Amino acid sequence: MLDKAIIGGSRKYWTWIGFLLVLAGIGTINYIQQFQYGLGLTGLSRDVTWGFYIAQFTFLVGVAASAVMLVIPYYLHNFKKYGKIVILGEFLAVSAVTMCILFIFVDLGQPMRVMNVVLNPTPGSVMFWDMVVLSGYLTLNIVIGWTTLGAERKGVPAPKWVKPLIYLSIPWAVSIHTVTAFLYAGVPGRHLWLTAIMAARFLASAFAAGPALLIILSMIVRKVSKFDPGKDAIQALGKTVAYAMSANVFFFLLEVFTAFYSGIPSHQHSLVYLFAGLDGYSKLVPWMWSAAILAFVSLFLLIYPGLREKENILSVACVTVFISTWIDKGMGLVVGGFIPNMFERVTEYSPSLPEVLITIGIWAIGFLVLTVLYKVAIAVREEEIA
Amino acid sequence: MSMDRRDFLRIIGLSTVAGGIGGAGLLELRKGTAEAGSAAHGRKKGSGTTLAMVIDVRKLESPDQYKRCIDACHKAHNVPDFGNPKDEIKWIWPDDFEHSFPGAGHEYVAEEVEKKQFLLLCNQCEKPACVRVCPTQATFKRASDGIVMMDYHRCIGCRFCMAACPFGARSFNWRDPRGAANLQNPANLNPKFPTRMKGVVEKCNFCAERLREGLEPACVEACKDTKAIVFGNLDDPKSEVREMLRTHYTIQRKPELGTNPRVFYVIGG
Repeated sequence: MLDKAIIGGSRKYWTWIGFLLVLAGIGTINYIQQFQYGLGLTGLSRDVTWGFYIAQFTFLVGVAASAVMLVIPYYLHNFKKYGKIVILGEFLAVSAVTMCILFIFVDLGQPMRVMNVVLNPTPGSVMFWDMVVLSGYLTLNIVIGWTTLGAERKGVPAPKWVKPLIYLSIPWAVSIHTVTAFLYAGVPGRHLWLTAIMAARFLASAFAAGPALLIILSMIVRKVSKFDPGKDAIQALGKTVAYAMSANVFFFLLEVFTAFYSGIPSHQHSLVYLFAGLDGYSKLVPWMWSAAILAFVSLFLLIYPGLREKENILSVACVTVFISTWIDKGMGLVVGGFIPNMFERVTEYSPSLPEVLITIGIWAIGFLVLTVLYKVAIAVREEEIA
Repeated sequence: MSMDRRDFLRIIGLSTVAGGIGGAGLLELRKGTAEAGSAAHGRKKGSGTTLAMVIDVRKLESPDQYKRCIDACHKAHNVPDFGNPKDEIKWIWPDDFEHSFPGAGHEYVAEEVEKKQFLLLCNQCEKPACVRVCPTQATFKRASDGIVMMDYHRCIGCRFCMAACPFGARSFNWRDPRGAANLQNPANLNPKFPTRMKGVVEKCNFCAERLREGLEPACVEACKDTKAIVFGNLDDPKSEVREMLRTHYTIQRKPELGTNPRVFYVIGG
């Protein structure tokens, strides 16, 4: 079936693949430099020890988990309109988890020792469980996506053994984002992270950002191929984004209330740094206000059905949701947790150029995986139409 | 579809039972150890060895005395000095009251205390968050004396321990430490302690390598004349540290977090 990634590609398709390969190449060259010099090539320091890479990782775990927003309606509620689109969600999950793994890998100081996590399994460590659930989720989605698409191509129903795997993938999707939230919510002394609703916030923003990206991808797929995921499916997804984004913003405001009404300074410092600046440092302030404004714009566009039902407006709303959650859950959450530091001093962080290029390279690899998988899925669908 | 839904619920139920990470917390409650107020301060009747340190900051008067302790430690452990905060690695260092004990001060703290510098280092916590989060057990608490150790050969450099440590005690080798200017002169190198490689985390080890030879930690020895740092076995009621704790009012850094630091401060004032 993979042959379909090569056969019948248009000029545009190959140009796009070439473009992604160039970006991936630039990223790789920069990574080799980082590998030789060390992580000092990034903007990270003793005080801000996780940055751009872990921000992407955290955000993309959410994108991966969001496939469940298609799987639940389709497989549990027999919502037939997702029949065509569910494979796009599963393949998006594969691409997102691939990026997650790469972002963790480039963030390691000693990447050659990564198998130490497997050789010395440590059930007390949340990171150990994160590795378990992420690799499991990747496997589940590859197997499920590939098998169901293969069956569809042959015009036969999917084999029976896939069903239990599909059901398993539902709680599994929740687990990947819950465990990722536990990386943050379980450490003492970082007040921005030490919140019981962290996992709930993660899931809410994931179920907004993932389906938003999927809507955009569906619109692109419809434009570049004969395969149409369907207007109804896109509209139904739009509703999911509207609800999830509302919950996401609501949860964030809960954090603001607790921090400021309780009046406990240490609970406020990170939020103050992010939105107003602290001790004269304010690098992230414009980013955070952009995220906040985009979030409210997206809510305005999504909540009123008359606006959401217009596809061009829906697409704008989805872009705003995507950028807003990317800033908030990426740099805002990860870097914000490190500022102020354990001595209540501020050390700021911004990614270095190599760090940005490596990040772009990994996104390119992710989109490469996504493009190839989507090409196969589209080719199978186009065969059916023909 | 009701069949399918039932299957789904069964799977949810099973995975909740199997994956109950929160179960660990319940076990803690069942042991009956969680008494309000005593969780962080419960007095223990230890019978083995738990190494601890009492730093009497009243006896550290000049910046020169701090420097002696710090230099002794950093020299003993081949700690690289890159001369910039971004690559900084430190095992022991001074800071003022406000930043050493965030949340513990107020506007009217005695001037003498406010201006004082405090020696900060790894607290060798009884319940170290860094050990709990490490995915490879590269950092671990030694059973024989409670020292929180590092295996530089196992560390993958994920820096989860640095995110978890509430005391900022850990440093990361952002670049090859052997390239640092201060380690270029062979006279500065201590052949008895390994240099590290890039990409691993390091921190104070209570001089485990010196204790093995019957020596005191380097910082304790460096300010021996002032007796500013007392080191010994917390489980031994007759030890010098217990004597200090019995006869002086001492504080710990961030005791509210429940890690039970094993470094205590006499602040005077």
